[in-house]
Amino acid sequence: MPHTLFDKIWQAHHVGDTAAGAALIAIDRVFLHERTGAAALKRMAEMGREVLDPARVFAVMDHIVDTRPGRGDGTLMQGGEGFITETRAACRAAGITLFDVNDPNQGIVHVISPEQGIVLPGVTLVAPDSHTCTQGAFGALAWGIGSSEAEHAMATGTLRLAKPKTMRVTFDGQLAQGVTPKDMALTLIATHGAGGGAGHVVEFAGEAVRALDMEGRMTLCNMATEFSAMAGIIAPDTKTFEYLAGRPYAPDDFDDLYWQSLTSDEGATFDREIAINAGSIAPMVSWGTSPEQAIPVDGIVPQGPERAHEYIGLAAGSALAGTPIDAAFIGSCTNSRISDLRRAAAILRGRQIAPSIRKALVVPGSMAVKRQAEAEGLDKIFEAAGFEWRMSGCSLCFYAGGEGFPEGSRVISSTNRNFEGRQGPGIRTHIASPETVAASAIAGAIADPREFAREEAAS
Amino acid sequence: MKPVSTITSPAVPLLRDNIDTDTIIPSREMRSTGRTGLADGLFAPWRYTDATTRTRNPAFVLNQRDAIGTRLLLAGKNFGCGSSREHAVWALAEFGIEAIIAPSFAPIFKGNCIRNGLLPIELPEEVVRSLPWEMVRIDLAAQTVSAGERSWRFEIDREAKEMLLNGLDAIDLTLANIKSTMGRWLKADRSMRPWIYLSGKNGARE
Repeated sequence: MPHTLFDKIWQAHHVGDTAAGAALIAIDRVFLHERTGAAALKRMAEMGREVLDPARVFAVMDHIVDTRPGRGDGTLMQGGEGFITETRAACRAAGITLFDVNDPNQGIVHVISPEQGIVLPGVTLVAPDSHTCTQGAFGALAWGIGSSEAEHAMATGTLRLAKPKTMRVTFDGQLAQGVTPKDMALTLIATHGAGGGAGHVVEFAGEAVRALDMEGRMTLCNMATEFSAMAGIIAPDTKTFEYLAGRPYAPDDFDDLYWQSLTSDEGATFDREIAINAGSIAPMVSWGTSPEQAIPVDGIVPQGPERAHEYIGLAAGSALAGTPIDAAFIGSCTNSRISDLRRAAAILRGRQIAPSIRKALVVPGSMAVKRQAEAEGLDKIFEAAGFEWRMSGCSLCFYAGGEGFPEGSRVISSTNRNFEGRQGPGIRTHIASPETVAASAIAGAIADPREFAREEAAS
Repeated sequence: MKPVSTITSPAVPLLRDNIDTDTIIPSREMRSTGRTGLADGLFAPWRYTDATTRTRNPAFVLNQRDAIGTRLLLAGKNFGCGSSREHAVWALAEFGIEAIIAPSFAPIFKGNCIRNGLLPIELPEEVVRSLPWEMVRIDLAAQTVSAGERSWRFEIDREAKEMLLNGLDAIDLTLANIKSTMGRWLKADRSMRPWIYLSGKNGARE
C-alpha cells in the first residue's frame, strides 16, 4: 500500500499505544528557548524528573535576548534577565546543549536548528514554540507544543498523540517574478482560512515547491501554524541533503537508500487535497488582524469583521497600496535568512527609506546569517538606507515589554503574525515578504515590490 | 491535576473568531518563569483601557457584573491560535475558567488545555451562539452540554477524556506504559538510525 511521508515517519516512531487508544510516538529532538525553557526544566526538577537523553535536547536564547549591539544578559524587558539566567542554570544542571547569548552560533531556534544539522529528514522534532513547523521543510515531522508536553518529551522520550489527518497542498506552475514563499503561504491561508489546516499535517508539494531553495521552503512551512495545521512538511530531495551535509550535528553522508525513501509514495492518498496555481499568486499583504485577512498588495480591502477594520484603521473598499506606514521590520523565523536579507537589500541598494519612517530594523536570524551578510556588505546597504542593523534574535516580531515601536505605529513587517497588539499595544501590523517591506519602507507607504524591481531593470 | 467531571456555570460569551494567545496573555504579561501570577494579565489588551494602570474597560464582557465568578467561556472559531505559550491556559485556569466551548480550537492550545485540566469543548457555531448568559451544565462523562431544556452531545478524544476525568499525570502514565516496549524500540532504532543518538559523538558542549 502506498504511504505518505507522514505515515512513514509516524510508523517509524510508533513505540506503542495507550489504553485509551492514543499513540506513543518517539521524539528524536527537543529544542527549548529561554521564554518557556526555564519553566519546563524548573517544573521537571520540582517533580523530581530527569531529562532522559540530554544529548538530544538543545536550548537557545532567542525570544527575550536583546538585539542591540554590545548586548549581555540584560534586557529592556522587565524581568527579562531572569529568563536568561534561569534558563542557563537549568540547562547546565540538566546537561543540555545551550546556544547561549554570546555563542557564535546563537540565533532564532528555527534558523539555527537547520544551520547546525539538528533537524534531519525523517526525524520527530518538537519545541515549545508554535513555529517549530518551520523545520518540516527538511522532511522532518516538526511541531510546536506547550511546556507540559516538552516536559513529557524530555522525561519519557515520547509524546502521547492522537493520529492527525493528512492534507496535501500542491502548488502547480511557477511563481511570477517578485513573488515569494511568504506570498504562497498567505495566499493559502487567505483562501482556506486561519483554521483551514486544523487537525492535519500538511505536505507541501508541486512544481513551485520543488523549485524553492531550502530557505524558501522554511518560510512556507513556517506559516503552517497560522493555517492551524499541526505541522507542515516537504519531502527531502538533493537540495535538502546538500544543505545538511557537513553540518555539525548531521550524519556524515546521505547516500543511504533510507534517505531516498522519505517521500510520499506514488498513489498515496491524503485525507484532503488542495491545489493552488502558483502562477496566479501576487505579492500579499495583510490588511487586518488575522493572517487570513491578507490580499494582493494592489488589491482593495474587503469587508471583514468590524473589529478588524476598527483596530487596523482601514475601511472596506480602500486601497491597501499607498497606506502610509510609520515603521518597518525585517526579521523573525519566517524571513530572516541570508536569502531574505539579500532580496530586501537588492531593493534598498542606493535608496533610502522615507523620512516619515520613525523606526526601521533588520534583525538577522542567526549570528551566522549576520556574519554572512556583513561579508557581502549587506549591512552597509541597510544602514545607508536608514535601517538599524542588529544582533540576531526574535526581536520585535512580538512585544515583550521592553523595546517597542513608537506608540500607535503602523508597521510593515516580514513576520508571521498581525494579531492585535502582537508588536505592541495598539500597534498595527501588516505582514508581507522582505521585498515588500523594503519597497514599502522606501515609499513610506505600503508598496508593490514589483514596481521597484521594474525601475531597477529599467535604470 | 484536579479531575474534571461536571461544571455548572453561567457562560460568558467572547464570540470572536481567531482569538490568539497573544490576546489571552500578552508576552509582556509573562514576567517570570513560573506558571502563576498570570490571571491579572488575562485578556489584558481587552480587559483594561490602560494595562499599565490596570484601568478596567467597562465594555469588556469579563468586567461585567454577570461575569463575576464564571467558570465557562464561549468563544469563536480557532480559539487559542498563535503562540504555543501554555501561559494562556495557566492564566485562564488561574482566573477560574474550567471549560471553554468553541466551534474549534487551535491544536497546541487544545493540547495545553487537556494537560492542565481545562476542558475544551467543540460544538457547532450556531449552538455556541445560542448559549450566552444561560446557566450551562457540562457533564464530561456523558459528553453533554445542557442549558434549560436543551442538551447537546460533544465529541472528545478518548485519551483526553480519561486524562481529564481522572486527573491523570501524563508523564507517570507514559513511563508505566512504555516500560516494556521502549527498550526494544530503542534497540531497533539505534541500529536503523544511529545518527539520531548523539551522546558520545557530539555530546553536550560547554
